Amino acid sequence: MEIGIAVAVVGVIGLLCAVMLSVASKFMAVEVDERIPMVRECLPGANCGACGFAGCDGYAAALVEDPDLAVNLCVPGGATAAASIGKVLGREAGDVAKQVAEVRCSGTCEATSVKMDYKGLESCAAAKLLFGGTGKCVYGCIGLGDCAQVCPVGAIHINGGLARVDTSVCIGCGLCAKTCPNHVIAIRPADAHMVVDCNSHQKGAGTRKSCSAGCIGCKLCEKNCHTGAITVTDNLASIDYAKCDGCGKCIEVCKAGCLVALNITKAEVVNG
Amino acid sequence: MKELVAIVMAAILVNNYVLSQFLGICPFLGVSKKLDQAAGMSVAVIFVMLLATAVTYPIQFFVLNPNGLGYLQTIVFILVIAALVQLVEIILKKYIPALHASLGVYLPLITTNCAVLGVCISNVDNYLTATGGFAGGFVQAMFNSLGSGLGFLLAMVLFSGVRSRVDKCKCPECFKGMPITLISAAIVSVSFMGFAGIVENLLG
Repeated sequence: MEIGIAVAVVGVIGLLCAVMLSVASKFMAVEVDERIPMVRECLPGANCGACGFAGCDGYAAALVEDPDLAVNLCVPGGATAAASIGKVLGREAGDVAKQVAEVRCSGTCEATSVKMDYKGLESCAAAKLLFGGTGKCVYGCIGLGDCAQVCPVGAIHINGGLARVDTSVCIGCGLCAKTCPNHVIAIRPADAHMVVDCNSHQKGAGTRKSCSAGCIGCKLCEKNCHTGAITVTDNLASIDYAKCDGCGKCIEVCKAGCLVALNITKAEVVNG
Repeated sequence: MKELVAIVMAAILVNNYVLSQFLGICPFLGVSKKLDQAAGMSVAVIFVMLLATAVTYPIQFFVLNPNGLGYLQTIVFILVIAALVQLVEIILKKYIPALHASLGVYLPLITTNCAVLGVCISNVDNYLTATGGFAGGFVQAMFNSLGSGLGFLLAMVLFSGVRSRVDKCKCPECFKGMPITLISAAIVSVSFMGFAGIVENLLG
């Protein structure tokens, strides 16, 4: 009998609280702009932060509040997300160029080697603290996979001592580029014709000594580029993707083999 | 009157819930980074403490004790306090959205805040048998809650000041962040030991 009273007392108190709360939530409900969840639906939900806001929710809220904010900031969502957000908010979507990460290093186990037998923490950031990394080249990929760990979609794998990006999976959020202690990873347009897979700013002889695939800064590519897309600064070639028309001439003349063809239009090129 | 002043002073200085009884440490460490947030959180705690006492004390006096259900105190108090905090959150969201946004995750933390529950239980333990029946004990309990809430405010404001000074100092790498915060909290709490016995001698 006594337990009945106890149960009844707690039950009645709980019921009163429940009624009070439900009445309060009815009468004091805050109206949330219904477009926010709709915009949020259009976003992929990777919460990568590539848009510059704190996750997808933050971007959705900012989009609804600020009418001048571009709707195409979401890199993972790409053009489809931008188009559907534009539809919800009634704005022009604009173009989103799909971007992917590129590991700018060709230093495979064959091309270069290590200068120490590293037995420490399995982390590039930790290895970097020890004499600038495990490899002979201090600019190249350390290959311990900090980027692979941080990748939200699992697009990066370590292969032959080198991080490699699966461009069909990569969403171009840039988290790996921020994580890499050597800044080897860069974000490039997915439809780039070619890339420079080297990050070494050493002089030619120094690069040669540590790696057989590195850019030696010979400027042959720069001289042979008819659009002026390639420039060599600090002993390293770099490409202006907007200018490059994919003729493939530079790859033909490159002695080092650090230029890699992706999508060459005019010449059949086999990279050595 | 003198008695009530003594209760408030004792709750603020001698029995400070955070620094002497070590209850409510999570908001103490979590929200004390910035002064405005610390003050806002403390005001919310004072409000919830007063409200919780105002509700739980009559429940104990009129419902639980007459039925011999004093042992249900903890579960009933948690239920009531949780519902109250939810209510406060709904009200804040509606009428003071800025405060609601700045309190963020910490307002729901008050739901399970041991300081609030501790105040309610110590009120019931200490003042329920006080002379003057329901009203006398109730007034004392309310003043004790007020003092406890003010004590929480004092601890939060003091500590946010300490923390902002500590943040600007160079401290050894291994102590940066939470370790130095815990050490400073310990030192601040040691300083409150100095208040032991001051109220009895001042007003007693």
